[in-house]
Amino acid sequence: MSTEPAAEHPNYLTVSHTVRSWLLTRDHKRIALLYLISISGFFILGGILAGLIRLELLTPQGDLLLSENYNKVFTLHGVIMIFFFLIPSIPAVLGNFLVPIMIGARDLAFPKINLLSWYIYTLGGIFTIVAAVTGGVDTGWTFYTPYSSIYANTNVVLTAVGVFISGFSSILTGLNFIVTIHKMRAPGLTWMRLPLFIWAHYATSIIMLLGTPVVAITILLVGLERALHIGIFDPALGGDPLLFQHLFWFYSHPAVYIMILPGMGVISELITCFSRKRIFGYQFVAASSLAIAAVGFLVWGHHMFVSSQSVYAGMIFSFLSFLVAIPSAVKVFNWTATMYKGSISLRTPMLYAFGFIGLFTIGGLTGLFLSALAVDVHVTDTYFVVAHFHYIMVGGAIMAYMGGLHFWWPKITGRMFSEVWGRIAAIVLFVGFNLTFFPQFILGFLGMPRRYHMYPPEFQVLNVLSTAGASILGLGYLLPAFYLLWSLWFGAKAGNNPWGAAGLEWETPSPPPVENFERTPVVTEEAYAYDKPQPHAVPEASRA
Amino acid sequence: MPETHPAHAHQFETPEQQYEVSTLGMWAFLVTEIMFFGGLFAGFIVYVTFYAQGFAEGSRHLDITLGTVNTLVLLGSSLTMAMAVHSAQLGRRSRLLIFLALTLALGLVFLGIKGVEYSHKFHEHLVPGPSFRFDSALAQNVQLFFSFYFAMTGMHALHMIVGAGLLIWLMVGTARGRFSTEYFTPVEVTGLYWHFVDIVWIFLFPTLYLVARHQ
Repeated sequence: MSTEPAAEHPNYLTVSHTVRSWLLTRDHKRIALLYLISISGFFILGGILAGLIRLELLTPQGDLLLSENYNKVFTLHGVIMIFFFLIPSIPAVLGNFLVPIMIGARDLAFPKINLLSWYIYTLGGIFTIVAAVTGGVDTGWTFYTPYSSIYANTNVVLTAVGVFISGFSSILTGLNFIVTIHKMRAPGLTWMRLPLFIWAHYATSIIMLLGTPVVAITILLVGLERALHIGIFDPALGGDPLLFQHLFWFYSHPAVYIMILPGMGVISELITCFSRKRIFGYQFVAASSLAIAAVGFLVWGHHMFVSSQSVYAGMIFSFLSFLVAIPSAVKVFNWTATMYKGSISLRTPMLYAFGFIGLFTIGGLTGLFLSALAVDVHVTDTYFVVAHFHYIMVGGAIMAYMGGLHFWWPKITGRMFSEVWGRIAAIVLFVGFNLTFFPQFILGFLGMPRRYHMYPPEFQVLNVLSTAGASILGLGYLLPAFYLLWSLWFGAKAGNNPWGAAGLEWETPSPPPVENFERTPVVTEEAYAYDKPQPHAVPEASRA
Repeated sequence: MPETHPAHAHQFETPEQQYEVSTLGMWAFLVTEIMFFGGLFAGFIVYVTFYAQGFAEGSRHLDITLGTVNTLVLLGSSLTMAMAVHSAQLGRRSRLLIFLALTLALGLVFLGIKGVEYSHKFHEHLVPGPSFRFDSALAQNVQLFFSFYFAMTGMHALHMIVGAGLLIWLMVGTARGRFSTEYFTPVEVTGLYWHFVDIVWIFLFPTLYLVARHQ
């Protein structure tokens, strides 16, 4: 292979063209694209369900959906967006593509297991969709017992099997990343020279390995209870539904950090590149990822302040939840300090990074309201909580995903997207997002509970604003679908390094060759050495 | 290009790197397994404190003799597994095959004895569900105990069955001469898995059979 003339090297996209070569590929870059396609499908589905919810809430009375169907719609929206979009989004698409390239490796440590994880994910998705079309499930994405284990007359078992199966795909992804990052770094690439994207994925992988199996066994027990009467959560036998909540949130709170940590990794790359600055306080940003992963395992009880959990447990969980704010704030301050006196260019990915910082900060600060015991009692199960976690999940995680997708799109496809349309879409998304979710903070504070399809008429104005925002948000997501696809055929050729960015992934051609590098790179300097004279001039990326 | 072993995968620089990667991968997987069983153990510990009496009554209906025998059988299989890995390191193929077969046989004995225990419970109506019968005021807590018993030992047995499959795969590989002193990673990694499943039982046995009954 390496004896071919240098000019005609096939890249990972052109090396073979059969369907079989894609479905049986072991190339991490192709598997990333398989994930990108399936994840986008689930995102569209979850988005349509969100649209249904917002349409129903346009008026105070229930006119589009009956309460039963409304319950099924918000359950499916949650299950799909969390387990089939947010959790795999950045790690399985961008992480899969970039982790080996950023550390100068030819592939992940276990390419076959990587492919297996995509098939497992797909199988889990099929189970969930079959469950949805053959009757749906109405327990909420949290599957609380005893409703899920005894009373619900919907497809709980099928959905649980789907979620259980998909959990293994994230375990396998995390395992692959940990081993790869430990053992396959290029010569000279010490831990303190790793890009922060890698540190973030390392911390995420630890949560995937330690948390996911716990939710797997918990969901399995719910399934066993329904199918075989192994009644571990059954109150009639003395089983404690609260135990379910403990086990469930032991995973599902850290799962929030599975969704947001990789996004923080993306933002560190974007901020440095478009500020032309070294990251401020590299060690602190790297360590804060690990700190979030570690402390994140100790705060699950803040989901249970109004359950029968003891007051003292509540106080400790409240205190620990406040602690998470410290490493999160370290990141935000360090990003801001990185931009200080930087030469900032407002390219599309940077707009997403700005959006992330602002929205994540609001989401994080309102998280502190919720960590405070007394305030939480007032706003538990209201739209305040809904707004809070959408600021983290949509305003944080998805903004970062979109920013990362735009940043590395030229590397993945070899084409530039339209910069003008890219900026327009980023701004439309920011405006639409805030209009959708900011009114929900007020609604929740005024006392509108979540998960009802009807509400008192005095809440209508804010709900209409929110629904109007959702339609703008929907438009904001449609735009990239068009101009990114357009760029595949009509975009200008990207070149190796269209942004003039630092990092190993920009030293190899776009799209990269099958084994990523012509020869294994040797790393001689720290990450983000932007203030050194660049070896190559910074080209202004061409516009499509 | 230096001559490479047929099992050498393209993404690795050296066979040593490949060996380290495989063992680290298995260790990382075992961490997830600990958390998986950990959820069950945590639940059990909570309930055994809530319902000490009911759990003691349930525990006294477990067959302590068969449990002890099974513990010895499984410890024996860990010994033969260790011998198998050692034989693989020395490149002694026929010894490797014998020790793998012995490990498999002991594993199957364990599963057989477990099956006998399960069938006893079935006949005594101790399987949770509509057919559960237990003549005591604490019958419901006893049923809860047996829910844990079947969930925990069942999950463990499932891991044993997977392990048995891996042993058969290794035996086929050994017979075909796949392993040598340069390349025995699959034996080593399966050994780690087998020892782990063994250790889970070492915790299950006292938890279910010994500690709970003396409340």
